[in-house]
Amino acid sequence: MSEERKMVKVTIDGNQYEVPAGTTILEAAKSVGIEIPHYCYHPGLSIAGACRMCLIEVEKVPKLQIACYMTVGDEMVIYTTNERVKRARKAMLEFHLVNHPLDCPVCDQAGECGLQNYYMLHGLYISRVRENKVKKGKKATQIGPHVMLDQERCILCSRCVRFCNEIPKTSELGMFNRGDREVVDIFPGRELNNPYSANVINLCPVGALLSKEFRFKTRVWYLETVKSVCMRCSRACNILIDYNIRRPWKNDGRRLSRLRPRYNAQVNDWWICDEGRFGFDFVDAADRLTVPLSAAGGAQAHSGWEAALETAAARLRQAASEIGDVAVLVSPRLANEALYLLKRVLAEQLPGTSVAFSSLNEHEPTQDDILRKADKNPNTTGAEFLSLTTANAEVKDHAYLLQTAKKGNLSALIVIAHNPVGLPELYGRGWSEALDKVPFKVFIGTNENETSRKADVVLPLAAFAEYDGTVTNFAGRVQLLRRAFDPLGEALAGWELLRRLGNALGGEYDFGSAGEVFDELAQKEDKFAGLSYGDIGELGVKVNG
Amino acid sequence: MPEVKLIKRFIETENGHRLREFESAGGYGSLRKIIGEGWDAQQVIDILKASNLRGLGGAGFPTGLKWSFVPKDIEGPKYLVVNADESEPGTFKDRHIISGAPHLLIEGAVIAAFCIEAEDIYIYIRGEYYEPARIMEQAIEEAAEAGYIGEDFLGSGHTVRVHLHRGAGAYICGEETALLSSLEGGKGWPKLKPPFPAIKGLFGKPTIVNNVETLSQVPIILDKGAEYFASLGIERNGGTRLFGVSGHVKRTGIYELPLGTPMKELIYEHCGGIRNDRKLKAVIPGGSSCPVLTAEQAASINMDFDSLAGIGSMLGSGGLIVMDETTDLVQILWRICRFYAFESCGQCTPCREGTGWMTRIMERIAKGEGTVQDIDDLKEVAEQIMGNTVCPLGDAAALPVVSFLSKFRADFEAQVGPRRVHAGAVVTQAEAEEN
Ligand SMILES: Cc1cc2nc3c(=O)[nH]c(=O)nc-3n(C[C@H](O)[C@H](O)[C@H](O)COP(=O)(O)O)c2cc1C
Ligand code: SF4
Ligand code: SF4
Ligand code: SF4
Ligand code: FES
Repeated sequence: MSEERKMVKVTIDGNQYEVPAGTTILEAAKSVGIEIPHYCYHPGLSIAGACRMCLIEVEKVPKLQIACYMTVGDEMVIYTTNERVKRARKAMLEFHLVNHPLDCPVCDQAGECGLQNYYMLHGLYISRVRENKVKKGKKATQIGPHVMLDQERCILCSRCVRFCNEIPKTSELGMFNRGDREVVDIFPGRELNNPYSANVINLCPVGALLSKEFRFKTRVWYLETVKSVCMRCSRACNILIDYNIRRPWKNDGRRLSRLRPRYNAQVNDWWICDEGRFGFDFVDAADRLTVPLSAAGGAQAHSGWEAALETAAARLRQAASEIGDVAVLVSPRLANEALYLLKRVLAEQLPGTSVAFSSLNEHEPTQDDILRKADKNPNTTGAEFLSLTTANAEVKDHAYLLQTAKKGNLSALIVIAHNPVGLPELYGRGWSEALDKVPFKVFIGTNENETSRKADVVLPLAAFAEYDGTVTNFAGRVQLLRRAFDPLGEALAGWELLRRLGNALGGEYDFGSAGEVFDELAQKEDKFAGLSYGDIGELGVKVNG
Repeated sequence: MPEVKLIKRFIETENGHRLREFESAGGYGSLRKIIGEGWDAQQVIDILKASNLRGLGGAGFPTGLKWSFVPKDIEGPKYLVVNADESEPGTFKDRHIISGAPHLLIEGAVIAAFCIEAEDIYIYIRGEYYEPARIMEQAIEEAAEAGYIGEDFLGSGHTVRVHLHRGAGAYICGEETALLSSLEGGKGWPKLKPPFPAIKGLFGKPTIVNNVETLSQVPIILDKGAEYFASLGIERNGGTRLFGVSGHVKRTGIYELPLGTPMKELIYEHCGGIRNDRKLKAVIPGGSSCPVLTAEQAASINMDFDSLAGIGSMLGSGGLIVMDETTDLVQILWRICRFYAFESCGQCTPCREGTGWMTRIMERIAKGEGTVQDIDDLKEVAEQIMGNTVCPLGDAAALPVVSFLSKFRADFEAQVGPRRVHAGAVVTQAEAEEN
């Protein structure tokens, strides 16, 4: 895009525009706000030119042309809504529906279906198809871990096939047979199980490819949506969070319904990986920590925030005055705001605390050159920019921490969003015994785990989709995390939790929102200099550092 | 006017499919000449242009002009592809060339390859043509042994390899870009144009696709001269072509006649007229996709590309289907619709869904269950397919429907409604057996 492009003059529906030479008529029209209907065209895939929904008229060209393929020329006169085009459009829609089953009432796509939408916009005719429809083989057939295929609903736009050929390059899907017996199917002996497989669900304009996980859970018109980013790896793909809080009787009360990719050319194009897409079960899981817990001399028991924070503050201060270190195991799962306040509170209220950092977590370090990064944390770069990773020589790693604890040299330990006890293969063996030697342990996290169970004080953290904030992806792009719904129970956003802990420790931390924390961070931390929360926007900004 | 047997002379030569006999009849003379005399490509192309040779696969595109579109002086391979897929109903000329004069095709193809600087020739032959394919294979071997093809053929310093590829039974693979997809190993799906094959064809390289008969005319033109060939036909329609006549004539078969020959002469003189001297009802002039002609139109039309285009039809592949007054056109159109619905590749929506839809409406009409509304719907469906598809198969399916319904609407109206009334005269048992 950076190179200068020649502009050409075109007339679309009577108005003159200047558009870059070489763009397709469909894209050119879109850039000036004119939507040309289309099914097979997708900007991220090769051009099929097969559905013929995008037929438009170009002056001096006898036949109607497909807008998704023909490029604009200088002085071109284009009609996208004249009678001839409208008639053809209606006819193309009618052709799409000749063999389409009357499934809308039981189809999960209803409400976001290309056929329904275009019928309302461009169809509105009375059916004259008196023929039986061609029967096709597979209905509601599982073709991979996440995807269900219904061949009768398929409009054969080939988007799914092209996706598998061109993006993961795994080619599991093909078009079989011909004429109106043609079907999309999985090749014999294959499964649609590539790491990006579920993108075909969003690409499919109709209800032919549906999500096994989401199907029948909630009608889409009951969903609300926020724009956020995925936290499952350090790319932080842009996503849409679809959630349902108004009808808690649906989907067993799960609030987070599904994630969908959101276009960002700088990060993830149009796609997300399946691990990220389906990796949100913990948000509404039964093991969520919803209230502060305190184990004063016995079993962990419900405690109010005030009491829990007071206990934590008192015991941490006491530990700081004893022989042995106070240490904290920091996680790059925290947003920038939480990391920043953690850093400030430690420096101001518990100076001398040893900071340890680990980017380990329970997820397999899968990676490829499409999107997935081996670092399964959203904010390692943010932590690094705040000097909280081992890139800073003063910061230790989890192995050092384990040795120190084993020797009985820790007087207190705060573990944030880690589970060293539960994952000995990753974090090293002996954590359970080592923690027994630490007189006071605080656990901060979203879900109960083997490590949280050993803590003296447990502080519940808001999960993904429950708080606003920012993360910095592997390439140094700061992007917004958005709150879709309130934290479960009494859980608190990381920045809020640390603000209160800081106050309990005797400080005065007076922030009203993640944005306020971020704006201070941007002023104090060189790497973030010049940024402001209000300017980050939907697509994020790259840090200068 | 008697037949002008430019190609048929070779086909009718006894054992003309063998190299020796072909050579004795003067075969490979043109190839020897242009190599021996050191011709360049432009000389050949100029002669073809002057000869008014047009593509005989169906579209009638001027052959010399087509070859001149291949970019010169560019890196990488170019290809010549011989379209021997011949599958359009009513078309059966290419098989006679392949079986009777395969070396004529090879000679023409090698000249074409020489002109466009292709080192590989692919002959894509219809899968059902098993016997012709065996004959072709043998001819390729003979030509290789005799040094007409291969490395440094005829000492030309050039190389040409000939590959025979059998199709798998899809009509659409006769459409040149579908053919290329199939040759590339993909599904036989037509590609979007532009780019045209001459610029970006087989494996993305410049490629010329020519029909069997077109290429077979090339050595003859180089032998007899452009003027002679052009003078046989009429303006812009040079030479002869093989007309394949089927249906209700007394003598069906292949007739080689100059372009511009009156259809009346072909049917009534060469083919001996209509069987049982009945009245002519309709003629499909160039393969089943060409708009049907009424008897009146057939009586006055000349058989060349431009005359037929002038009355809204096409010369197509030169395969005539002649129908007498007893023909049930409803059945014919139903059969044609079935063919295109069966053969639609399924890639683009109007053809994929529309051809099947038309067939089902036709079925209803043919079974006496249709209404006048069905006739109107059918025509409108056809009109919405036409011009709106990826490849011309959509048009091929729609044109017969539109032309049958506009020219013979009464035949259809007679069969809609609760009762089925036969349109034509009744065929007696004796006549049925006779034919
Ligand atoms: C549906 C369809 C089927 C075709 N089938 C054939 C065929 O069987 N043989 C053929 O030579 N051309 C066929 N053609 C025409 C080819 O696309 C192409 O125009 C031709 O091979 C070019 O050769 P020519 O210039 O020598 O005629 C077909 C076209 C269409 C649209
Ligand atoms: S399954 Fe969906 S995406 Fe795939 S071809 Fe059919 S309609 Fe298109
Ligand atoms: S690649 Fe990473 S950020 Fe993107 S969807 Fe997958 S896990 Fe989420
Ligand atoms: S017109 Fe028919 S044969 Fe041609 S590409 Fe479309 S579906 Fe295939
Ligand atoms: S969007 Fe242009 S043909 Fe499908």
